Amino acid sequence: MAAPINETRAGTASKTGAGGRDEFDRITAAWLLDKAVQVLVFIGGISAIIFIIGIFVFITREGFGFAVGKLDWGQFLTSPRWRPTSEYNPTYGILAMIAGTASVTGLAMIVAIPFSLGAAIFIAEFATGKTREALKVLVELLAAIPSVVWGFIGLTIMNPLIIDLFDVPVGLTVLNAGIILGLMAAPIMTSIAEDALKAVPDRYREAAEALGATRGQIVFRVVLPAAKNGLLGAVLLGVGRGFGETMAVLMATGHAINIPDSIFDSVRALTATIAAELGETAVGSEHYQALFTIGIFLFVITFIINLAADLIVRGIRKG
Amino acid sequence: MKTKLLSIAVAAGALFATAQADARTLIQNKGSDTLVNVAQAWAEAYREVNPDVAVAVSGGGSGTGIAAMINGTVDVANASRAMKEKELALAKSKGQNPIEHVVGYDALAVFLHQDNPISEMSISQLAEVYGEDGATANWGDLGAEVPGCKDQEMVVVSRQNNSGTYAYFRKAVLGKKRDFKLGTRDMHGSKDVVDLVEKTPCAIGYSGLAYATSHIKMACIKGADDKPCVAPSVATASDRSYPIARPLFMYTDGEPQGEIKKYLDWILSDVGQCIILKKGYAPARDVKCE
Repeated sequence: MAAPINETRAGTASKTGAGGRDEFDRITAAWLLDKAVQVLVFIGGISAIIFIIGIFVFITREGFGFAVGKLDWGQFLTSPRWRPTSEYNPTYGILAMIAGTASVTGLAMIVAIPFSLGAAIFIAEFATGKTREALKVLVELLAAIPSVVWGFIGLTIMNPLIIDLFDVPVGLTVLNAGIILGLMAAPIMTSIAEDALKAVPDRYREAAEALGATRGQIVFRVVLPAAKNGLLGAVLLGVGRGFGETMAVLMATGHAINIPDSIFDSVRALTATIAAELGETAVGSEHYQALFTIGIFLFVITFIINLAADLIVRGIRKG
Repeated sequence: MKTKLLSIAVAAGALFATAQADARTLIQNKGSDTLVNVAQAWAEAYREVNPDVAVAVSGGGSGTGIAAMINGTVDVANASRAMKEKELALAKSKGQNPIEHVVGYDALAVFLHQDNPISEMSISQLAEVYGEDGATANWGDLGAEVPGCKDQEMVVVSRQNNSGTYAYFRKAVLGKKRDFKLGTRDMHGSKDVVDLVEKTPCAIGYSGLAYATSHIKMACIKGADDKPCVAPSVATASDRSYPIARPLFMYTDGEPQGEIKKYLDWILSDVGQCIILKKGYAPARDVKCE
C-alpha cells in the first residue's frame, strides 16, 4: 500500500522541482496521491471495526459449537468447579473465576478512583504551566508500563511485603492484584477524567467566580457535577481495563480457584485462566472450546461495559 | 514463556543452519517444556556427531508435541506424560502409529520452605493435602509447627491443569479417581513453584527435581506408610525406588528408521544419557559419566 504513494510523492516532488514543466501530469499525480491517501485513511478508519468483527467471528467460531451444544450453562455460571482436565469427570464451572475477576476489579476501582480523580482534578483545575505539562507526561508514562512488569512487582515486591505487613500466609491475594490493577488503571482513568473536566465550559467557572465562590466550591459544587457523566465514563473504562487485564493478575492473584471471603484470599481471574491454559491445550478439544467460551463471555462483558461508558460520555456531549 | 521463545529462536537458528548446508536431513523435534532443555542439548551435541543431520527443537508442552504427532507434523515428539488412549486412537485414525521410547526419568520433588521442620511425607499424607475433600489443611494436622507460618495454614502450590507435571502428580499421588482440591495456587511453570515456596513459610509445592535450589527443602517420600522414605535424587529416580518419578518419553511415528533411528540410538547411548544426567534428570539406564 505504501510503495505507490511514495513513488507518486517522489514523482510529484521531482516534477515540481523541475519548475512545473508538465502541468497536466503533475495534476494527475497529485490527484492520484489524493485518492490513494483517501483510500488509506478510509481503510485505517474502518480497520478497527474490521478487526473487532474478525476477532468476534474467530472467538465465536472456536467456542460457539461447544457453548450452545455441549456446555451446561447452569453449571458453567454457578459452579466454582473448573476441572477441565479431570480424567473421569471434567467440569467447567467459572463462578469462582467470575468472583475472582469481580473482586480484584472492585478493589482496583476503590484504589484507582481516588487517585485518578484527584490527579485529574489537580491537573485540570489547579496545576498550571510546566507543572501541568510535566504531570500529563508522567501520567501517560505510567500508562506505558507493560503489565508483565506490574505483575512482576506484585510477585516479588508486594508478596513479601503483604506477608510481613499483615501477617498472612501468602501475599498473592485479592489485595495484591487489586492494588496493582488499580495503579495500572489509574493513568487511563486520569486522562479521560481530565478530558471530562476540561469539557466543562469556562463560563460555568466564571459565573461561579462572579458569584464569589472559592476555588474549592467551584471544583466540587460546579465543575464536578457538570462533568459527572464523563467521570463515570472514565470509571467504567477503568472497570473494562480491570476485567481485561491478564498478565498482571495472573502473576499477582495466586491463581487459585477460590471464592474469596476476604481480601487476603488468593483468587483466579477469567483472563488469566485463558492465558495459562490455552497454550498447551489440544486445538479443538472440549477444554479448548471451554476456554473460548470464557473468551466469548469476557468479550460480551467488556463490550457491555465499554458501550455503557460510551453512551454515558456521549450523554454529556449532547447535554 | 522464555523457554518457548528461546526454543523458537533455536529452531529458527537450526532451520537457518540447514538452509546453508546442502542435503542435510532435518529432524523435527517438538513438545514437553520439561524436556526442552535436554532436547536442545542433545540436538547441539549431535551436530558434531553427525553434521549431516540437523535437529530442530521446539517446546510448547507435552500436549503440543503430542498434538503435532497426531497431526503428523513432527518427526519426534517429546512428552513428560504417556499418550492417553484417546490420543492414540485419534493418531491411529489419522494414519499415525506413535511408538513410545523412554529416554529418561524425572523425579518430582515435594518442596517445603527451609524453616519447615517436616522432613518426610507419605503418599497418603500428600493425597490428603492435595486431593479433593482432603482432610489436611494445617501443618498441625501433620504434627508440625512451622515457624513464621500464620495460623499454621498450608499454602498448597500446584501447577496449571494442562501441564504434564500436574497430570503425572495427580496420577501418582491421587490415583485415577480423585481430583485436586480447589483453591490450590496454580503456578505457571516449575520455576514459579520453587520461587513461591522458597519465599512462603507455609507453602508446600511440587516440581521436577532439576528445579531445586539450595534455599529450599525437599521432603523424603514414603511410598507406603510402613516403608522407609526415599529422598528424591537422580539415582533414586533412575532405579525407580523414588515413588513419584515419571518416565520422559519421545514418540516416533512407527518404528524409527534411518536418521531418526540413529538419533534415538545415540540419545540412549552412554554419551546421550550422560547429557540428560548433566541436565538434572535421571538417565533411562545405568551409565557411567565423568
